[in-house]
Amino acid sequence: MAEAKPMAMERVWPLTAEEQEATTTSSATGTPTVIVDDLNIVYKVWGAASAEEKGNAATALLRLVRRQGRPEMREVHAVRGVSFVARHGDAIGIIGRNGSGKSTLLRAIAGLLPPASGSVYTDGQPSLLGVNAALMKELTGERNITLGCYAMGMTPSEVKAKYDEIVDFSGIGEFVQFPMSTYSSGMGARLRFAIASAKVHDVLLIDEALATGDREFRKRSQKRIMQMRESAGTVFLVAHNLDVIEETCNRVIWLHKGKIKMDGDPAEVISAYNKA
Amino acid sequence: MSQPDSAVADAQGGAATESLAALAKRHGLRRAIARPSLPYYVGQLWARRHFVLKYATSRNVSKYSQSMLGQLWQLLTPLLNAGVYYLMFGVILDQKKDIGNYTAFLITGVFIFTFTQRTVSGGAKSISNNLSLIRALHFPRAALPLAYAVQELQQLMWSMLVLIGIVLLTGEPVTMTWLFIPVALLLQLTFNVGASLFMARVGAFARDMNQLLPFIMRTWLYASGVFFSIPDRVADLPESLAFVQYIMELNPAAAYIELMRDLLIYDHPAPQWAWTTAIFWAVFALVIGFWYFWRAEERYGRG
Repeated sequence: MAEAKPMAMERVWPLTAEEQEATTTSSATGTPTVIVDDLNIVYKVWGAASAEEKGNAATALLRLVRRQGRPEMREVHAVRGVSFVARHGDAIGIIGRNGSGKSTLLRAIAGLLPPASGSVYTDGQPSLLGVNAALMKELTGERNITLGCYAMGMTPSEVKAKYDEIVDFSGIGEFVQFPMSTYSSGMGARLRFAIASAKVHDVLLIDEALATGDREFRKRSQKRIMQMRESAGTVFLVAHNLDVIEETCNRVIWLHKGKIKMDGDPAEVISAYNKA
Repeated sequence: MSQPDSAVADAQGGAATESLAALAKRHGLRRAIARPSLPYYVGQLWARRHFVLKYATSRNVSKYSQSMLGQLWQLLTPLLNAGVYYLMFGVILDQKKDIGNYTAFLITGVFIFTFTQRTVSGGAKSISNNLSLIRALHFPRAALPLAYAVQELQQLMWSMLVLIGIVLLTGEPVTMTWLFIPVALLLQLTFNVGASLFMARVGAFARDMNQLLPFIMRTWLYASGVFFSIPDRVADLPESLAFVQYIMELNPAAAYIELMRDLLIYDHPAPQWAWTTAIFWAVFALVIGFWYFWRAEERYGRG
């Protein structure tokens, strides 16, 4: 993959600490909660076939004989040298095109992806809002609520205390007794959000959670996120819906091909992003 | 939480010459990825015991949720297995000549071996099959192989019910030694957990392992004296090869199988060293497996 060349219109925004201080005046009152220092994330991808590779057993054997490595194993450099400081009380939106490294950056902040180089320093344990991976669609909503809460590290008494609230908030009613595979996509998304948001987090990372559900539920979940933002120290939000970002965040980071293209005031960054 | 004075220092350019790493240190921030100490890790794992249990039960429930008979399959699967193996080895190949109560001998061997085999194969896949979960949530990763082991333990309870039924039907008496059945199973479970933790790390990084594992498992099955009695089989060997018997009896799977046969079948004595071997393998596998798995804790989920 070729290095991303700086485009004519690109504003190379400050990456060093002291420049950060100057640009993020709105959040300078808070202490740092997340510091990302020259972070690089490299994925190893298996099974990405190259042009000459036919992918049958004969070519694989030939490769072994010639003592070549597996050409299907490629490295994808998803985040390239990202640095910033997030402070207590910040709600930071992360925008960028598909594949620009937004979700990867969030996972790295959550400590779920080990960096290839650079580091992420955090205060407390950042958590990704989302339990989808722990849920099983063959099971009833009821079982999934318990399973999801345990997966997030809640105790049985906490689960008992939160259970009714989760069912109420999701608004799925008696469907809670049915397997999740029978839910409409909106109902499934509502239940997942209700489970995920039942826990209080230090640093909260939200990935596209608002883009689901009907309008009424979106409004309710946005309110819930505002509450969580107050109880959490810092919130990161990845979404394609720029209105949501502009309404919820006090700072926006624009990622382009794994690098920070712009970092600052939401209105400013979003208008530049829309022009690009 | 907020510290105005240090924040002011930041804003005034106190950080002008300060690296981000130093800034992090000054505010007491820690690296997001760091492997916890071994005792702390055990504590974390204990705190997640409810998740391990719930995850295991949920997997068992969801496994049969699409079938009409549902959870009945937990009982039917071991019954059908017993039937198939008896047909193959008891009737068609007629292995039973020299072994008293061959039915009980065979079914005990098959069920006990299956417990170890399924736990270890499950463990080998537990990390690579759950990458999305590992990349989304924070928990000690050993919870996954452990949950797979608990799932197999739940299945074993049904198998043991079937096994004890078969043993009683073949005319074995209920004796005081049956009280040791839970002890033998606990030792085997300990060995299984250790071996499955070890294989979980191997399977997470050497992906070809999952293709290879069925063959290793089948070789192990044939070498563990499930269908034949090890002393009978090596009796014809020349004197110089007598040590083969000891090596075969040191095999952990053989030890757990022989132990259970000793307990369940009245006139089937276990080899002398069976209890020692069983205890040794349980402790050895758990210590080595747990330590080996923990050493890579921060690297699961990458790539």
